[in-house]
Formats: sequence, structure tokens, C-alpha cells
Amino acid sequence: MSTAATTETKPAAPVIEKIKVKVDGREIEVPRLTADWSGKLTPTTMIQACEQAKTDVPHYCWHPQLPVAGNCRMCLVEFGTPAMGPDRKPVINPDGTAKIAKSPRPAIACATPISPGMEIYTTTPAVKQMREGVLESLLINHPLDCPICDQAGECKLQEYSVDYGQSASRFVEAKVHKPKAVDLGPRIMLDAERCVLCTRCIRFTRDIAGDDKLGIINRGSYNTIATFPGTPFDNNYTLNTVDICPVGALTSKDFRFQMRVWFLKETKSLCTSCGTGCSTLLGSREEKLFRYTPRDNAAVNGPWMCDAGRLNYKWIQRADRLKEVQVFGKKNTWAGALYQISDRLKRAQAGSVAIIASARQTNEELWLISKLKAKLSAVSDSVARFGEADKLLVSADKNPNTNGARLTGICFTEIGSNLPQIAAGIQSGKIRTLIVFGEDVTKHGLSADLLAKLETLIVSDILPNETVKLAHYVLPGAAHAEKRGSFTNTKGRVQKFMKAVEAPGDARAEWEFLHELVHNVTGQNGFVTIEGLFNEMAKDVPAFNGLNWAALGDTGVTVQI
Amino acid sequence: MSFKVTDSLEAEVNELISHYPVKRAASLMVLHAIQAEHGWISQESIEWAAKKLELPPINLYEIVTFYPMLRQHPQGKYAIKVCRTLSCALGGAYELHQLFCTRLGLDAHAHGPQTTKDGKFTVEFVECLASCGTAPVMMVGDKFYEGVTHKQADEILGKCQ
Repeated sequence: MSTAATTETKPAAPVIEKIKVKVDGREIEVPRLTADWSGKLTPTTMIQACEQAKTDVPHYCWHPQLPVAGNCRMCLVEFGTPAMGPDRKPVINPDGTAKIAKSPRPAIACATPISPGMEIYTTTPAVKQMREGVLESLLINHPLDCPICDQAGECKLQEYSVDYGQSASRFVEAKVHKPKAVDLGPRIMLDAERCVLCTRCIRFTRDIAGDDKLGIINRGSYNTIATFPGTPFDNNYTLNTVDICPVGALTSKDFRFQMRVWFLKETKSLCTSCGTGCSTLLGSREEKLFRYTPRDNAAVNGPWMCDAGRLNYKWIQRADRLKEVQVFGKKNTWAGALYQISDRLKRAQAGSVAIIASARQTNEELWLISKLKAKLSAVSDSVARFGEADKLLVSADKNPNTNGARLTGICFTEIGSNLPQIAAGIQSGKIRTLIVFGEDVTKHGLSADLLAKLETLIVSDILPNETVKLAHYVLPGAAHAEKRGSFTNTKGRVQKFMKAVEAPGDARAEWEFLHELVHNVTGQNGFVTIEGLFNEMAKDVPAFNGLNWAALGDTGVTVQI
Repeated sequence: MSFKVTDSLEAEVNELISHYPVKRAASLMVLHAIQAEHGWISQESIEWAAKKLELPPINLYEIVTFYPMLRQHPQGKYAIKVCRTLSCALGGAYELHQLFCTRLGLDAHAHGPQTTKDGKFTVEFVECLASCGTAPVMMVGDKFYEGVTHKQADEILGKCQ
């Protein structure tokens, strides 16, 4: 298992000498060395120099976070280096510039290191011809089944065909037919005919996931990606190969044939399945979620995410979602329920209220709850959720925002340590009101019999459970995909996420009704936008001091935890 | 057919592996040793070799599927190899191959070696057998035949009993 995708910010890199190269006549300075996929400093290549010069070099097999293979030949460019005289000194032109000796042969930009004074040419007629030639060759046995291909719309073969393709095929021979709909593993389907044999998937699973399961079998035009018979490609990172597959060869069994990708609205979000908080894109159309894909965030997940997190979205659209506000078992309105709850909380004796929030809630929501807690002198806690960690991304902490709950004072270093005290308080009659957010407390030491002793049980949740059944007030909440907010991951990275779809029925984002409740109970002014709420929280919570919503950007900010 | 490792094979493979600085380097030699003993390389034997070489089996599977001389299926008792490189192709190798396939009830157009149902014959094309002057040439097992006419081909088949 490699360290390619680290979950923390890398320490400051050592000072690296810069050298000057020209890309299409424009001089730029680039570091002589660049960190490769494993973080090791290696000589900067032409494709990296072109990237820094914002010059696009088409490629299939090259990927910044994978070892270089240099097999697709799409990135061929022409180049020249300063000419040397017989005295091993640079030859100078009459106008004083260095004479450039153009290489008679092209080179693959992905595997050729740059040198001082090098000139890279990416727009010459020869380069264009080479790209056309390579593309034509890659398409020889390609089935051209774009209309039914899931990759259509985000396919490098299509994109480069627009730039370098031909409108008519010159190929008159019979195409080689290769296996189709090959079941590579529980989540991956392979169409070998679409494959361009770039080996990104092989390198990913060998070097990043550390599970060397894929290889190329057979020879020549029969080359096919395959697993050893009887050993399914089933590690927890297989779906990343679908993302990095530049063509439609590897497809996700979950997503294939579900939706044309150009109809998807992509929303910047986070994965909530563990404390790592991978940056994600949620693909949705007309209020329905279709897929999660990882969003590149060098400080958290790199370009990867685990399969378990990626597929953990179906619950959001379950038919049995809580959609109604209920007061003592009867449907009510938000205004009606909040009025009654505010009234009860205002009249509650100090110390008679307990709050069990969820470390799946956002920083802002937990902070609002902490305001209620302070006003009511309530005892609070949250529920721990631990599982197995791995060496790449998965954290043992299955709550996405344990640190947010700690920093806002909802729970303590040992999450869940107050639960027995709350149970005892209810038992003794000291605690008469319990507010629960997103947790089924009957599974965490507060039995149904115990909950029955309460005068008031206020529950906000997303899906029905035993605690919801017993609640006097049911407040239907929103999944993270249905609201905005921020999480603090296990390493203290504060990241924000955006709303992709509407919550069903009357369900509302918790912060929306919480700010109303906090206003009613504490008199503190409400913050009607998430931006205002976050900024106010950042002023109040020491760890978040100095942060503001806008400055979180797309990839977040690391705070001291 | 289950794969059984004889003591001699185990010893030979251990010896082979000891010749190389890294175990993986012995891959081809180990596969040859298995084929020499068993006549072909089964999936079970790949798994066994992979354990020996401390590799995931896919690494060996790639090699086995790459080299046609490494057999993925049991060979017939008589292995007929017809050369199809240029001289032989011009000299009638395809007709010769077709003749064997017709006589033995095999599909001449199928990819790779074809074996008769009774397991007696395997017919396949091979690349240059290094006797371009006497095309078409072929081998049956280790025996080499040059300038093979269709009449001779039938005689060769007749001798294979």
C-alpha cells in the first residue's frame, strides 16, 4: 500500500532549482524536480512543464497520481535543445540567442525530462499528424458504440476525436472482437473492445490500492485487461479505475446505463461515510442522485475515494424517509411544532434537558445546538461509531464530523462518555426533556422503557427508527446532499459542501430550524444564511477563529484540533 | 485433472528460484519446468508457482497467455505445428494446415491450437521453423518435415497411431 493519497497536508517541500524552458515559444520557469505519484522528487517531464504553461497535451496513459507507463503515445511532441559546438559550448545565433538543435524525432512528453533551454513544440503540423495517427490506430478495433456507452460525454477518445479524429474511417479490414460485459468484480464491468490498454487501472490497483489483481493477458490485438480466473477484482477502491479509465472500458455496475452523464448536475460535496471526509462530486438529475465521484483534493483524498463511501447514497432516496413534522403522533407544521418546542424549552428547568446530537451533523448545526445547550445548562453528547481503518483513505471513525462535535463542545475527547450519565438522569427523573438528532439512542443504552419516562422527547432524524417511534416531536431532517454546511475531518480539515437535491416533503436542513429554535429560546439573533452562520460560528469557536465561509474554498482549510 | 507437485518438480523449482537475485526473475523458467513435467500449465499450477515466486497469480497468467509455447490446455499426443511465416505461407502452409484440420475434423479458422476430441492430435500454426528454403515445413512433436506435399501429409497422419 502506497502513500500516494495522503490524508494530511504534506510538509513544505525543499527548495528546488528552477530551469527555463519554452513551450510553443513562450518561456516559463519550472522546477527541475517534481513530486511523482509516490511523492518522490523526480525530474520534471515535458508534459508537466506543458501543464504549468497551461498548454494541453492530449494523453491517455499518463496520470499525475500514477507511475508513468508511456504506452499510449498520444502525448508525442517535438522538441529541441540548445545546440553545442565542438568546444561543448552553446552555439549562439547572430542575434545573441542560443541556437536550438531540433530533435529529428518526436518524444513522449510524459516520460521525457526537461533540460535547461529546452524548447517544446506542441502545435506543429508534425505533432498534429502524430496525434491523428495515434488516435486512428487506437480506434482501429474500437466498436464505436458511443450511443450506448456510459463514458460518452466524458470520454477521451471522443474528446480527442473532435480535435484529431477523422469523419470517415479508412479501416476496411475486419475488426478484432474481444470480450464484452466481462464481470471483473462485484462493482466493475469491462468492455475489452473499448479498452485502449493504457494500463491506468493496472497501475492504480497495483501501486495505489496495493492489490495487484489486474493484468494484460494474451498478445497483440487480442490483448485484454483481465484478472486471474477465479480471483475477482474486489478491493475497496475498484471504482477509482472507472474514474481514471479514459475510455468506456471499465464501467461501474451501479451507474452503467442509469443516466447519460451530460444530464448530470455536479455538486461539490463531501463523503460522509467516515472521518476522512473525501471531497466528492454528486451527480444528480431532477432531484435524484445517480452517482458520487471523488473530487481532487490533495490535502484529503487526492483523486481517489473508497467504493463503500461512493456507493453509500441510496439511503438518501429511500421511500420511507421522514417527510412530516409530527407532534404527539399527528401531522403538524414547522411553525406549530417549533412554537411548542420553544415554549417547552423556555420553561424547562436548568439542568433538566439533555441533548444527544450526531457527529454526522455539520459544524454549524452542532454549534447552534451548543448554544441551546449553554442556555439550558444541558448535558450533551454524541454517539461514537467505530469500524475498521485501512492504510489508504478509510478512517476507523465512521462519523464524518467527530471533530466538529468536539470543537463545538457537544461531546468530549471520548465521544459517548456522557451517555450513561444521561441514561441515569432520565432514570432518576432529573432529566425530563431529551433532544435527539439523527441517532437511534435505543441502540446506545437508552432503552424504549427509559425514553418512556421522559416528559418531552424531541427527535430530528432522516429515516424512521425506534427512537423516532417514541418521539413526541418528530422533526424531519435533511441528508448532507440536501443542504449546505461544513465538516471537520479527523485531521482537522474544515471543508464545506453544497446542496445537490431538495429534501423530500416537509424535511428541512437542521440548521434552518435550529437557528429559529435558538433564537426563540436564547434570544440570540438567527442567521438565515449558511454563510452568516458559519462566519458567526468561526468567531465564537476558538478552533475556527479566522475562518470564513468563502475562504474555505473548494478544498477546505486545516485547523488545529 | 488436478495438479500434483512431485518432489522432483518441487526441488527443481526451488533450485531454479535460487539462481536469480529476485524470485520473480525465475518466472519463465519455473513455468517451463511445470510444462516439462505436466505437458501443459493449468490454473492450479499457476497458483502453485505464484505462491512459490511470491507473486499474485495474474503476473504469471500474463506470461502464460503471452507465449503460445506455454500451453494453457493439454496437448494432443501428436502435436502438429505448421510454419506460416512468409516462405511457408507462399509455399502452401495454409493449404497444408487446412488439410490437417479437414482430416481431423478441426476448425481451421479458430484462433490458437486446436485439439481433437479424443486428445490424439493438436494442430496449430507456428512462426518460422528456420528452413525457409524447403517450404512448407512442419513438425510433429520434435520430428521435422520439409517440403511437405499433401500426399506426404496424409502419410504422416497415417503413421501417427
